[in-house]
Amino acid sequence: MRSIILETATRFLAPLLVLFSMFLLLRGHHEPGGGFAGGLMAATAFALYMFASDASSPRVMPFDAHALIGSGLLVAVATASAGLFVDLPLFTGLWVPPAPGETPHYGTPLLFDIGVYMVVSGVTILILQTVAEE
Amino acid sequence: MAMSHGADRSAARAPLLVWLVPLVPLVLFGMLLRRVSSVTSGEAWEFSTAWAPSLGLTLSFRLDGLAMILALLITGVGVLITSWAISYMAGDPRLPRFQLYLLLFMGSMLGVATADNAILLFVFWELTSISSFLLIGFDHERREAREAALKALLITSGGGLALLAGLVMLGIAGGSLEISQMANAGNHPLYLPILLTVALGCFTKSAQFPFHFWLPAAMEAPTPVSAYLHSATMVKAGVFLLARLQPSIGGTEAWTILIGTTGGITMLVGSWLALRVRDLKQILAYSTISALGMLVLLLGIGTDEAIAAAMVLLIAHALYKASLFLLAGAIDHDAGTRDVSALRGLRRSMPLATIVAAIGAVGLAGFGPVLAFIAKEMMLASALGTAAAGFIIPAVFFASAMLTAVAVLIGWGLFWGRQPEEGRPRKIRESRALIAAPLLLAILSVALALLPAWPARLATAAAAAVTGKWVELELHLWHGVGLPLLLSIGSLLLGIALYATRERWNREAGREGRWSFDRSWAWGIRSLLAGSTRISRMLQSGHLRSYVMIILVTTIGLVAGTLTRSGIAPATDNWGVVRFHEAVIALLIVAASIVAIRSESRLGAVAALGVVGYGVALIYITFSAPDLAMTQFLIETLMVVLFVLVIYHLPRFAKISTTASRSLDAVVSMTVGVMMSLFVLIAASENAQVDAARFFAENSHREAHGRNIVNVILVDFRALDTAGEIVVLSVAAIGVYALLKLRTDPEST
Repeated sequence: MRSIILETATRFLAPLLVLFSMFLLLRGHHEPGGGFAGGLMAATAFALYMFASDASSPRVMPFDAHALIGSGLLVAVATASAGLFVDLPLFTGLWVPPAPGETPHYGTPLLFDIGVYMVVSGVTILILQTVAEE
Repeated sequence: MAMSHGADRSAARAPLLVWLVPLVPLVLFGMLLRRVSSVTSGEAWEFSTAWAPSLGLTLSFRLDGLAMILALLITGVGVLITSWAISYMAGDPRLPRFQLYLLLFMGSMLGVATADNAILLFVFWELTSISSFLLIGFDHERREAREAALKALLITSGGGLALLAGLVMLGIAGGSLEISQMANAGNHPLYLPILLTVALGCFTKSAQFPFHFWLPAAMEAPTPVSAYLHSATMVKAGVFLLARLQPSIGGTEAWTILIGTTGGITMLVGSWLALRVRDLKQILAYSTISALGMLVLLLGIGTDEAIAAAMVLLIAHALYKASLFLLAGAIDHDAGTRDVSALRGLRRSMPLATIVAAIGAVGLAGFGPVLAFIAKEMMLASALGTAAAGFIIPAVFFASAMLTAVAVLIGWGLFWGRQPEEGRPRKIRESRALIAAPLLLAILSVALALLPAWPARLATAAAAAVTGKWVELELHLWHGVGLPLLLSIGSLLLGIALYATRERWNREAGREGRWSFDRSWAWGIRSLLAGSTRISRMLQSGHLRSYVMIILVTTIGLVAGTLTRSGIAPATDNWGVVRFHEAVIALLIVAASIVAIRSESRLGAVAALGVVGYGVALIYITFSAPDLAMTQFLIETLMVVLFVLVIYHLPRFAKISTTASRSLDAVVSMTVGVMMSLFVLIAASENAQVDAARFFAENSHREAHGRNIVNVILVDFRALDTAGEIVVLSVAAIGVYALLKLRTDPEST
C-alpha cells in the first residue's frame, strides 16, 4: 500500500534523519549522543525510507549492509591498534595536539566511535533488510 | 586385510622417499648409542629451556639410564618396524601417511621417555594416545578399526586426565614439577589421591586389569603398529612412569598393595585369556598384558632386586614380543590367516619363521638361552624374599605355566606336526623381506643372553635411576640350582602338560563368553549416548518458550538462593516521596503491560510493548541519563518496526496454550518481576557513590578530553568492551541473515 504523504515526507525527512544521526555521532564526546545512538538513528532513517518505498524490490536498497558492517569493524580495530605504531598498548587514545590552552578535539576515540556507528547502523539495516525482503 | 596382499598385488614399488623414513630412527639410535657409555657410568644428559614460566612449564629433558633403555627400544625397534612396514605395505598408497603417523608416535614416545617436567611429560603422554588412535584406526573404513581406536583413546585419555590431576598434585606435594627434583611425598596428606590418580593413568596406558580390554581390540591395527606400539613401546609407558615416579611416591605400603596386587592380577588374567583366543595377534596381545602385569608387579614389590629384574624384563620382553608380532604379520601375509586352529605344519614352507618362532617361544616361556630367562630368574629370586611371597610365587608359577602353554602352541604347534588334511588352496611362500626383521630381533635376544654384560650395564644404570642407589648388576644365564630354577622347570613342565591336554579343558576357546569387558564397554557407550540425546532433546527442544523458561527459572533460582543465603535485604528507610510524574510514568507502564498481555491482536500487543519501552526511557530521563534514554527510544522504535515486519506474515492470534501453561507463565513472570524489583531495591540501598563512578567523573575530562562521561567510558576507558560488543553484534546480524536466507531461498541447499 503506497502512501503519497509518507513518500513525500520521507523524501525530506530521511536525509535529514541521516544528517541528524551524524550530528549525534559527532557531538557524542561532550554532549549526549555517540556512536550507538547515531547508528540507530541512521537505521531508523533507513526504516522510514523502507516503509515509504516498495519494500520488496531489492533495487530500492542499493548498498551492501555487509560491507558497512565489515568496514565498520575494520575502522574500529584499526584505530584501536593505532597505538601499536608508536609503541603504546592497544586502545590507547591518540589525539591531535591542539592549540595551546585548548582541549584536544580530534583523536582516535572519535574514529573508533565512527567505526561503532558504521557497525551499529549496518547491523540494524541488515536485519531490517533481510526481514523485509521475505 | 587388504594390506597384507599388497606385496604380491602389483609391481608398483614404493617410491624411494619412503626409505628415508627408517633413517630417522636410525640416526637417533646412533646418537643414543654414542651416549650410552656416559649414561651407564652414571651421568645423565640434561637439556632445559623455559617455556611458560608462570605455569611452571619448562622444556626440560633428561636422559638417564631408565630413559636410555626406553629410548634405545623406541629408536632401535623403530628402525626395524619402519623398514618392515615398507615391505608389508608395499603397493599400498597409504604408506606415506602411515609412516607419518609412525614418526609422530615415535617423537611423542621419545618425549615421554626423556621429559623431566611433569606437565611436559603429560603433553607427550597424550600425544602418544592420539597417534595411537590414528594408527589403530588406520583402516578407518572398517567399523571394527574405528571402534577399537575410539575405545583405546577413551580409556587411555580418561586415565590421562587422572594422571594430569595426579601430576599436578605431585608437583605440589613434591615441591617441584621437575621429576628429577621431586621430594618423596609419602607422608604428604595428598599422597593417597596422588597415588590413585597416577596409578589410574599408568594402569590405563599399560592395559592393567580392569582396563586391559582395549589392547586386544587394538589388534585391529596393522601389524607394524601392534608390534611397535602395543608390545614394545607405548604400553610400556605406564610401567615406565611408575618406575620414574618410584622415588617420589613409591616405597609405601599403599604403593605395594595397589601396584603389586594389580600387577599380579593382570599377570594371571592375561596369561589365562591368552589361552582362550584363537587369533594369533590376540594371543600375543594377552600375553603382552600378562608381561606388563609382571613388570607392574615387580615395581610394586619395589626392592632393589625387583627393580633390577623389571629393567631386564623390560628389554627382554620388548625384543621377543616385537619379534613374535612381526612373525605373526609374516605368517598372516604368507599363509593368509591368523587363526591358530587352522595353522599347522608350517615348517616346510616357512623354515626361517620356524627358527624365529622357536626363539620367540623360548622367550615367552622364559626358559632357555634368552634374555627373558635371565629376567624371569631374577623375578622369582626377588619375589622369594618378600613378605607376600606366599601369594606372589604361586601367581608367577601359574602365569608362567599358562604362558608356556601358549609358547608351545606358537613355537611348536604351528610349525610341527602334519599339515591339515584339506589341501591349502594357496602355496605358502616365505617372504624374505618380512622375516628378516623378526629374525634379527630373535637373534638379538639370544645374543644379549649369551653376552649379558651389555644389558647388565644398561639395567644397572636404569635401576639406579629408579632406586637412587648404584648396584652393579651381574647377569648370568646360569644361576646355579636354586629355588628359582626349580620353579622355572616346574612351570615349564606344567605348561607343556597344559598344552598337551588342551583338547580336554579348552574346548570353547575362541567363543565369546556370556559376559565380557568389551560388551559391557559397548553397552556403557551406548547408554551414555542415549542418555545425552535424551537430555539434549529435553533442553534443546527448539521451542523458544522452553529456552526462555529454563533461563528465567535458573536465574531466579540462583538469585533467590544467593539472596536468601547472604541475608541481604533492601533498606526501607530511604525511600523518599513518590513524585507525581514518577507515579504517572509507573501507571503508564503498568497499563501498557496489561494491554500487551490481554490484547487480542498482535499489532496491539507489540504497540503496547513499545509503550512500555518508552516508559522506561522516560524513567531514564528523570534520572538524568540522556544517552540511555535516547538509545532506549531508538531501540524501542526499531523493535516495533521489526515486529511489525515480522508479524505481517503471521496468522491471527490463536489461543494455543492451555490454561495450565498460561498459569505457569504467569507465576514465573511474576516471580521474575518480584526478584528483579528486590534486586534493584537492594542495589539502590547500597552506597550510591562508588569508586568507579568517582574515578570516571574526575578523569573523564582530564584524561579523555570529553565531558560526556557515558560516551567517554564507551569509546575510551572501556573501549575493549565496546569492541567486543560490536563484534558480537556483527556475528548476530550474520546469523540472522543466514537463518532467514536459508529458509526463504528454496534453490540453495
